[in-house]
Amino acid sequence: MNFDLSKKTLSDVNAFLQKIDLKSNQRDFVIKNPLGNHALCAGLQDEIKVTIQGHVGYYCAGMNKNAHIIVEGNVGTGVAENMMSGIVHVKGNASQSAGATGHGGTLIIDGDASSRCGISMKGIDIIVKGSVGHMSAFMAQSGNLIILGDADEYLGDSIYEAKIYCLGKVQSLGADCIEKEMNEKEINHLSSILKAQNIKADPKKFKRYGSARSLYNFKIDNVSNY
Amino acid sequence: MCGIVGIYLKNKKYNKQLGKLLTGMMNNMASRGPDSAGFAVYNKSSKFKYTVCLKENYDLKDLKKDLKNKLSNTKYKLIADHVVVESSSKPEKALPHIKKIKEIDLVGYGKSIEIFKQVGNPKDVVKKFSLDKFSGSHAIGHTRMATESAITTDGSHPYSTGEDECLVHNGSLSNHNNLRRTLIKNGIEFKSQNDTEVAAGYISNSLKNKTSLKETLTNGLKDLDGFYTFITGTQKGFAVLRDEIACKPAVIAETKDYVAIASEFQAMAHLPDVNKAEIYEPKPGVVYSWGS
Amino acid sequence: MSEIKKNLKGFSTFPHDTIAEIQRSAREGIYQIRGLGAKRKVPNFDDLVFLGASASRYPLEGYREKCNTSVVIGDRFAKKPITLDIPITIAGMSFGALGANAKDALGRGASAMGTSTTTGDGGMTPEERKSSKYLVYQLLPSRYGMNPDDLRKADAIEVVVGQGAKPGGGGMLLGQKINERVAKMRNLPEGIDQRSACRHPDWTGPDDLEIKIQELREITNWEKPIYVKVGAARAYYDTALAVKAGADVVVLDGMQGGTAATQDVFIEHVGIPTLGALREAVDSLKELNMHRKVQLIVSGGIRSGADVAKAIAMGADAVSIGSAAMIALNCNADMYPEDYEKLGTAAGYCHHCHTGRCPVGVATQDPELEKRLEPDLAGKRVKNYLATLTLELQTLARANGKSDVRNLEPEDLAALTVEAAAMARVPLAGTSWIPGHE
Repeated sequence: MNFDLSKKTLSDVNAFLQKIDLKSNQRDFVIKNPLGNHALCAGLQDEIKVTIQGHVGYYCAGMNKNAHIIVEGNVGTGVAENMMSGIVHVKGNASQSAGATGHGGTLIIDGDASSRCGISMKGIDIIVKGSVGHMSAFMAQSGNLIILGDADEYLGDSIYEAKIYCLGKVQSLGADCIEKEMNEKEINHLSSILKAQNIKADPKKFKRYGSARSLYNFKIDNVSNY
Repeated sequence: MCGIVGIYLKNKKYNKQLGKLLTGMMNNMASRGPDSAGFAVYNKSSKFKYTVCLKENYDLKDLKKDLKNKLSNTKYKLIADHVVVESSSKPEKALPHIKKIKEIDLVGYGKSIEIFKQVGNPKDVVKKFSLDKFSGSHAIGHTRMATESAITTDGSHPYSTGEDECLVHNGSLSNHNNLRRTLIKNGIEFKSQNDTEVAAGYISNSLKNKTSLKETLTNGLKDLDGFYTFITGTQKGFAVLRDEIACKPAVIAETKDYVAIASEFQAMAHLPDVNKAEIYEPKPGVVYSWGS
Repeated sequence: MSEIKKNLKGFSTFPHDTIAEIQRSAREGIYQIRGLGAKRKVPNFDDLVFLGASASRYPLEGYREKCNTSVVIGDRFAKKPITLDIPITIAGMSFGALGANAKDALGRGASAMGTSTTTGDGGMTPEERKSSKYLVYQLLPSRYGMNPDDLRKADAIEVVVGQGAKPGGGGMLLGQKINERVAKMRNLPEGIDQRSACRHPDWTGPDDLEIKIQELREITNWEKPIYVKVGAARAYYDTALAVKAGADVVVLDGMQGGTAATQDVFIEHVGIPTLGALREAVDSLKELNMHRKVQLIVSGGIRSGADVAKAIAMGADAVSIGSAAMIALNCNADMYPEDYEKLGTAAGYCHHCHTGRCPVGVATQDPELEKRLEPDLAGKRVKNYLATLTLELQTLARANGKSDVRNLEPEDLAALTVEAAAMARVPLAGTSWIPGHE
């Protein structure tokens, strides 16, 4: 079933997709002419597939639950922000705060992600085939951020228990973020995530980063980190 | 807080459509900047152009009378309440005469630049100045949501920072009050409480002292505190700079025919062949420039 | 010793509590973290009085001549605005900062009086949704517990830019209060000190806030009123920006507003008093022609029906109570003296919410302490308190000749001090002088 955003309003398309008639067999949808609209496909909650043909604005697939959303273009700030479950696949590049505060599901970005990728993530898995911008995984609480390209400055600043795997160069690590061991358990863990998305990369070549846990309870000697 | 836009044409075939293309971008940025709007269009002339804004109860007739015999080879173009005074007189000679007239405000000057700005919804402002009829090589524009200063034409962008140069800004500076006081001591004049006017004064002060634009903007990273995406217009093109924290947005679309920049991709969605454009975001703390 | 002390001169710059604080800093090497709001005296509603009735203005009879208190909140853009029976709501306080019993009691009391409660920096609990007739759901920088299902279950959504106790600070919860349930809701390891972001993760600035609000409306089908909450800093500009960003309601929290835990320096030295901020916010709404079209809810040191009446007279549509609601629950009540002493404090001086050892079972997760707060009884206390505030409000409104509390106006007030006259823009009593408005 097709929608054309040059003819239909954003709210009408969103309202339809948020409450589809589950009795019908319609599960596949295409949206043409997204024209950089904001909040396109935000708040979806059913196991449907939506393909967006073009570039979108901010908060595409915001708070997504269950749906499989493909963007054949670039996305603006906050793609899949606070996602709960499902899959969001961006074929182009992502702007800032991709996957911000995501609680679950998988966000895949074929191109690059800009700054603050995975900021405050709470369980989401984010896979970026290109590179990520500065302050990525800032205050990341849980989930996995997997980067096949490089990472800019302050990666994982103030990180909690989220895991970062990076294949390329990391410009610098943020406060309390350190390199961690890539043992067999970790290699298998990363391998299963990559395999699930059909991504051909050798898990053994990745480095892992995570929390040093020195900021978990305030100690005066850590004051320079504040 | 605001919307900023810019377009630089690599291919001359679009020069006649410059105004139309910019109009589409400005209209789309109206909701994030509903209070006032302004734009700077660059169209090279053999003479110097001085854009002034007529205040109330003063019209073109009065301006012609006041500038008679003061400037040479003068032509006047009236667009709403702005007048572009074209003259072979150089700025050193022309500016003192123009600044003497209290009933006008100098908005911008140079061999290419024409600046127009006004209070009101951007959609109305661009219509008022018939932006869609303009042609030129490049242009930048601004839609304003006033944060800590009044909604007046003096508070609107673009700000002229020198000959053929201007500035638009999306963001909020945090040390502009102290900086304004320092610049006033250096002879820079201010007409508003606007933080962007301070950034413009900082840039023009630095350029006056023969520092390059690139070095000026790089120094600005240290001297200007706060959040910003700047676009500075120059005679040959424009430059972009984001602060190191880079919270305020900026997207660039580049094809073989043009480079466009805007706060949101939506503003560029109607540009020719934009779906085939290379779309990327400027990195924080790096000066990007085109045309120079 | 007491004989000598009688003749000793203390230091105004270094009184006893300042000396104690400097020496504590020297021992511990960290700023003091505590709960509740500013302790120092600032110009507030006590410095204003109502004029009442006279030969030119006639009062209404109590009881028989009605005085309406209800208010509609959120009718600018929302499909389903909220009608509150009274113009007093319960402010955002998190589950985590408060215990489950406390949140439950607040819900019961508020619902009994036909008004709303608000979630806090920890997400929505099912108990809270069940016991609250109207529940406002906060969207904070941390996004702890945020999810679209709760967004849709809420009656309104409050985007928190800041709060009065700490404009520019994020949430804070120390390890002793992060038990298993709280940790799970917030997705944090148990027992660690929570660090919080002070800015939202996916927008900065009112231009991008506008787009965020659009997203929230798209997810909830444009049904729910969207509030924007700010701490009192530049209330004039912040109110205008909230309006331009598309808010239905502005929530303004003055410096006297409380918190469960933050640095003492933040509480005492950042933010301006509610009195001054309120006037700025109303001016801004009036200039935009949005007064009463975008509702203004004011908090920070609201204690009695007199405060409520004065806030409304100055132009607020409603008020919100936080610390006062906790006090109605028993915060700082004169009970369990040994437990106050164990904390190093006493009833009437306690600000130890951050310890999780609240002697009266309000700001704690400890099951033994929580037993001291019985939700049904505590809920009745909250209801009684809200009812008293409402009766006091009506008494004052009737005395000034109003059949609807929203008809109270600034001209019904006079100021007792020069500061209050200037901040509220109300004449000094007995004169026609408003400082700065000659």
